Amino acid sequence: MMHQAAAPLAPALVKFTLNGKTVAARGNQTILQAAEEHGIEIPRLCYMEGMRADGNCRTCMVEIKGERVLAPSCCRYPKDGMEVTTNSARAVTSQKMSIELLLADVPETVYTLNSELDLWAKKMGVGKPRFRARPQPAKDDSHPAIEVHLDACIQCKRCVRACREEQVNDVIGYAFRGGHSKIVFDLDDPMGDSTCVACGECVQACPTGALAPARGVATVVADKTVDSVCPYCGVGCQLTYHVKDDRILFVQGKDGPANSSRLCVKGRYGFDYVQHRHRLTKPLIRKPGIPKHKDFTVDPERWSDVFREATWEEALALAAGSLRRARDTYGKRALAGFGSAKGTNEEAYLFQKLVRTGFGSNNVDHCTRLCHASSVAALMEGINSGAVSNQVRDVEHAEVLFVIGANPTMNHPVAATWMKNATKRGATLIVADPRRSDLSRHATYFLQFNPDTDVALLNSLLHVIVEEGLVDEAFVRDRTSGYEALVENVRKFSPEAMAPICGVDAETIRRVARRYASSKGSMIFWGMGISQHVHGTDNARCLIALALSTGQIGKPGSGLHPLRGQNNVQGASDSGLIPMFYPDYQRVNAPQARQRFETLWKTSLDPDPGLTVVEIMNAAKKREIRAMYIMGENPAMSDPDVDHAREALAALDHLVVQDIFLTETAYLADVVLAATAWPEKVGTVTNTDRMVQLGRKAIEPPGDAKEDFWLLNEMGRRMGLDWTYVHPREVFAEMRTCMDSIAGITWERLERESSVTYPCVKEGDPGEPVVFIDRFPTASGRGRFVPADLIPAAERPDAEYPMVLITGRQLEHWHTGAMTRRAAALDSIEPEPVASLHPLDLEGLGVPPGDILTIASRRGSISLYARADDGMPRGAVFVPFCYYEAAANLLTNPVLDPFGKIPEFKYCAVRVTPGGTVPERSSFGGGTLLRR
Amino acid sequence: MSPSKRQRSRVRATPKGRAVDPQAREEVAALLGDAPRRRDLLIECLHLVQDRFGCLSAAHLVALAAEMKMAMAEVYEVATFYHHFDVVKDGDTPPPAITVRVCDSIACELAGAHALLEALPAALGAGVRVLHAPCVGRCDTAPVAVVGQNPVPNATTERVAAAVRARAVTHPTSDVLVTPAHIDYKAYRANGGYTLAASCVGGGRTAADVIALMEDSGLRGLGGAGFPAGRKWKIVAAEPAPRLMAINIDEGEPGTFKDRYFLERDPHRFLEGAIVAAWAVGIDDVYIYLRDEYHGCRAILARELTSLRDDPPCRIPQFHLRRGAGAYICGEESAMIESIEGKRGEPRLRPPYVAQVGLFGRPTLEHNMETLHWVRDIVDKGPGWFSGQGRNGRKGLRSFSVSGRIKRPGVHVAPAGITLLELIDEYCGGMLDGHTLYGYLPGGASGGILPASMANVPLDFDTLTPYGCFIGSAAIVVLSDKDTAAAAARNVMKFFADESCGQCTPCRVGTQKALQLMTDRRWDKPLLEELSQAMADASICGLGQAAPNPVLTVLKYFPGEVE
Repeated sequence: MMHQAAAPLAPALVKFTLNGKTVAARGNQTILQAAEEHGIEIPRLCYMEGMRADGNCRTCMVEIKGERVLAPSCCRYPKDGMEVTTNSARAVTSQKMSIELLLADVPETVYTLNSELDLWAKKMGVGKPRFRARPQPAKDDSHPAIEVHLDACIQCKRCVRACREEQVNDVIGYAFRGGHSKIVFDLDDPMGDSTCVACGECVQACPTGALAPARGVATVVADKTVDSVCPYCGVGCQLTYHVKDDRILFVQGKDGPANSSRLCVKGRYGFDYVQHRHRLTKPLIRKPGIPKHKDFTVDPERWSDVFREATWEEALALAAGSLRRARDTYGKRALAGFGSAKGTNEEAYLFQKLVRTGFGSNNVDHCTRLCHASSVAALMEGINSGAVSNQVRDVEHAEVLFVIGANPTMNHPVAATWMKNATKRGATLIVADPRRSDLSRHATYFLQFNPDTDVALLNSLLHVIVEEGLVDEAFVRDRTSGYEALVENVRKFSPEAMAPICGVDAETIRRVARRYASSKGSMIFWGMGISQHVHGTDNARCLIALALSTGQIGKPGSGLHPLRGQNNVQGASDSGLIPMFYPDYQRVNAPQARQRFETLWKTSLDPDPGLTVVEIMNAAKKREIRAMYIMGENPAMSDPDVDHAREALAALDHLVVQDIFLTETAYLADVVLAATAWPEKVGTVTNTDRMVQLGRKAIEPPGDAKEDFWLLNEMGRRMGLDWTYVHPREVFAEMRTCMDSIAGITWERLERESSVTYPCVKEGDPGEPVVFIDRFPTASGRGRFVPADLIPAAERPDAEYPMVLITGRQLEHWHTGAMTRRAAALDSIEPEPVASLHPLDLEGLGVPPGDILTIASRRGSISLYARADDGMPRGAVFVPFCYYEAAANLLTNPVLDPFGKIPEFKYCAVRVTPGGTVPERSSFGGGTLLRR
Repeated sequence: MSPSKRQRSRVRATPKGRAVDPQAREEVAALLGDAPRRRDLLIECLHLVQDRFGCLSAAHLVALAAEMKMAMAEVYEVATFYHHFDVVKDGDTPPPAITVRVCDSIACELAGAHALLEALPAALGAGVRVLHAPCVGRCDTAPVAVVGQNPVPNATTERVAAAVRARAVTHPTSDVLVTPAHIDYKAYRANGGYTLAASCVGGGRTAADVIALMEDSGLRGLGGAGFPAGRKWKIVAAEPAPRLMAINIDEGEPGTFKDRYFLERDPHRFLEGAIVAAWAVGIDDVYIYLRDEYHGCRAILARELTSLRDDPPCRIPQFHLRRGAGAYICGEESAMIESIEGKRGEPRLRPPYVAQVGLFGRPTLEHNMETLHWVRDIVDKGPGWFSGQGRNGRKGLRSFSVSGRIKRPGVHVAPAGITLLELIDEYCGGMLDGHTLYGYLPGGASGGILPASMANVPLDFDTLTPYGCFIGSAAIVVLSDKDTAAAAARNVMKFFADESCGQCTPCRVGTQKALQLMTDRRWDKPLLEELSQAMADASICGLGQAAPNPVLTVLKYFPGEVE
């Protein structure tokens, strides 16, 4: 807060007297920190390292000579010549009295093993308090993940700072006053009924267990802690698993470069899927005579209706043998593989190598095709690099944040916290999205543009930039090409002409353009709202043009940041799980690159790019693809027009699926390989910021489940490859030889530092958080403008299907829900499939919120519950695609962007009608875990 | 399984948390009209809703949060901080149309507030809410009850009942006791008012000269802390622009009513002082924070500010009138700044001082209203005029708010350094008949309690420090042989416990534990002394630091009462 004593910028050395001894402190150290460095401990409760000091508990009081009253050492900075006493009778009286007063009002019940109040009472010799206790409030156990025991609350407000200043979720308040002061959620509502997003930052901050993980886990002594990375989104938060009896007790945020100990609800409370009863513990083989068809009902509880258990030898022999037979019978291109953005870099590398050298074609892809393929296509075309130019936390240096087609508070929650921090610091936030997200509350400009009108909006911004002379002439001259074509193209996109199309008034467009163009640093973040359109590549081209025309790239606090979805979608792409690229985006149709890999892999390679995800499905349907190996992906849920995808998978002669659960895709398999979950293995993942981070093994896999690394090796050998890898570090070493961007990163360094940013070309390089400072990695060194025109969505609403369907994700559920719907807390918070509509649309349809409605498109129909959300635009429905019993992708349109080959998940025409059959839940989901 | 859990296992029909009620949103939007949705205006907005609907319903709070792009908790924590906001959650009964607040602070307690509090609910019936309230700044007419916004001086059950029956809930426009005649803009100017300001702003004087003159006069801040006014101008003037001014009229110290006294009679005098100060220090924006209890003053000030703005005597700074909402702590300078920013009135840690980092993070000249009241006379008549007054070796004038067991309670402008005996004899008409001087509170609730034997100590800044007391805002409450010091100390400790902002441990918990110990017949002296030391040494602001004064002075000067 601005009135807090600001730490001096330059840490000049300060000399002061501490308990009679002259000591030195850096000028940015408080008395408390300096004292600690000199071996003098001062009690503290409201103070927490890394958090703004608040100085309210008054247990850290010290005497400063010449001052009338004592001073809180957590908030005061030493000055030259200051005489500070921490242990005088006067100081100690106050320190102990503050502790005693707090102690008097808390019960003896243990809510945490690490009560800082008990710790300091013991250290300071504060015994049984001499005061009568306050009347105690009742506990609040309304939330599935967090218990609230305000009887143990000492009003230190660490939770308030955690919620408001760190995570900026703004749920927790400090209400009433005096002795009635209390921690509240929203309007003093039960936590479970509040806007709480359960990031758990408050629990992590609470010194007394007044906020504690539910069901008492914080009072159990862990056997060990293991540092790792979060398995969910691309932010790449580091975390620590607390393990007892080979089970994860709870998760804490670790001080990683992307998260500084922050986590979100998934990372903190979504870990128990690994011990769900549905985990595959043995390989399965499809029973003879059990037909494959699209209209199956998945019930993992009844796996034995379809499969039988097998030995690893039998399963692997069948899996690899059938693939080999298909290859030998129908040719190399009759095989395809889907790798996974959830696996490690080493697994991704091995998988693509297996397909390219074992199957013999480039028919390898993964879910990047469904998320940022168009962004990558535009970025490769424009600046020849698909990764982000600046890291999320670079927002610290930005004046303007432009977030478009992304809902980071839901999908990249910890990244969103940095954006909100920047906004609180004074940065201008511009949010553009058809849906009003939580982030928009913090926005200076919220542009609720009409769905499908991205190019209209973005070109009108470019129009203003050109027309009003906001272009960075020098940058355009020295670092770009194709500018004239852009100028010509955007001429017809004046804000006045585009306003009626995109639904944003012309004056706002002009102001936003000026603000973006003229700031010292403007960063663009985007998500699937940009990419998942038939014009996704065009959308991204416009964003690139914005940055290039204004010179908002190649410097701190600027740049282009497509927010990557999966925890390792960046790494999986880098590692070559893409049909047109070898590792490090070396083109398969570039002879030089092919030669490099033919030499490295000692085999000849297919010179043509392979098929992409949806193309592979189409080819399978046409029986051009005969056999597939799918590792850790769930196309039977995640592909557009999923009926079609299921038909395609069912049509395969042979399908090998490697996963931890019997997913919808695995249901169509001939062989299912029981694999390991993230905390059960070691390996690296690369986050949205280009940070390569090390995940460490915390627990053993269940039963006979095998590490994916081992499985890939077995498959490779049985496909005839001479693989002898025994540890992922050997794979990583091989990757360094063919991927220049990570050539300088050693496994040892990762073990030591947990995270290294690439490009890191030479060993010992610090890594480059900001790239393109002097040139773009194109042949000419220049970035290229590619103009975009208006292309409508493939399927516009009409009389029959009058509404627009937008699909996406929810905060609590990951992707197709395989993991999160089996995590008790997450499933409990979002148990049922819902469709969000504007309350007035619901009213018009005659559907009360919470009732069943039915959504039909030309491809299918689902029934689910209605949610009234006034952040929705009129005429649109939002459905998360994680619910098997109401799979959104039964409705979506499989039409592709011509460049990125990404399906149009964000737009198709639907009809919504009241009523329908209550979706029949399978043996998971529905909040069942906590109710059992 | 709890009902809440069962509910949760069902599907949620809206996004997490409370949804905005469209009707409430419309009502709030209409109420706010074209006013900017700035966070610092939150308390003003809450007043609008409270005044219009008689309470703050949960639906309106949620709607207001949405309207202002704030979080619900941010709105709720502010709304629940202030006494004058009635937050009504779902299912709660809204307060009745009329609320009667009976002041039970020290002077009113001496005058029978408790009997009134006991009798009123039955006398007024179910349709009226009777609440106890901290000092309403009318101790000269104790006991006082406030019906809605209508203060009833020398209150009796009958008078209050009559006001309620008449639905007289607004501040009366003519009532000699609560609405004395005031010098309006025209009259003030006719008598030479604003000549000084015009001369200063017009270049007739230099800022350096005026600041030097202020320093020479020895005028000290009259809110209680006594910081030399001229020096403060100098310090703030040296800080980088933009600088701001904040004028403290949150007069809440029990026993104090001098600011109201001057404001009700001569409102332009401090405004002229403010214009001169703003000019001398280089300030364009002046925030006036007026306690909510002074509804009559607010009307006067709003009107007179309009007159001033409509026909300014010279270039004047922008005046912003802000309304408190019932919180003693907002009289603390940094708490007041927080409140002007629309937040809970929690005092800030210092350093940095408000002169450097104050309102909206800017260097801020903060003054008690009365301090500015004297500027015109001091500059006009010369610094010697002010410093030449005084008695017993002290300099200057003090406006004593005197209440309690004396014949003529009221504001008495007397020489600084006057003793209590002299003050009672020369200004207050002596003790009430049948009452003998027993002791006195020299500085409101915070200044401690002295026995009759020490009624010959000069009353001024610094003179009482050796005795564990201070003069503060010069609020003198006189106790007689009908009273006990222990009861007075309990009264003020209860006041502190009620008014503590709740931020720091020694004050939030300490005032409560002290009060507990003080309800025992025999006080635990060692524990109370230890607690007092920690409260005085470790509390963030003056409230907690001064709260032990009455305890310690009772232990010191009236030990017989509590042993």
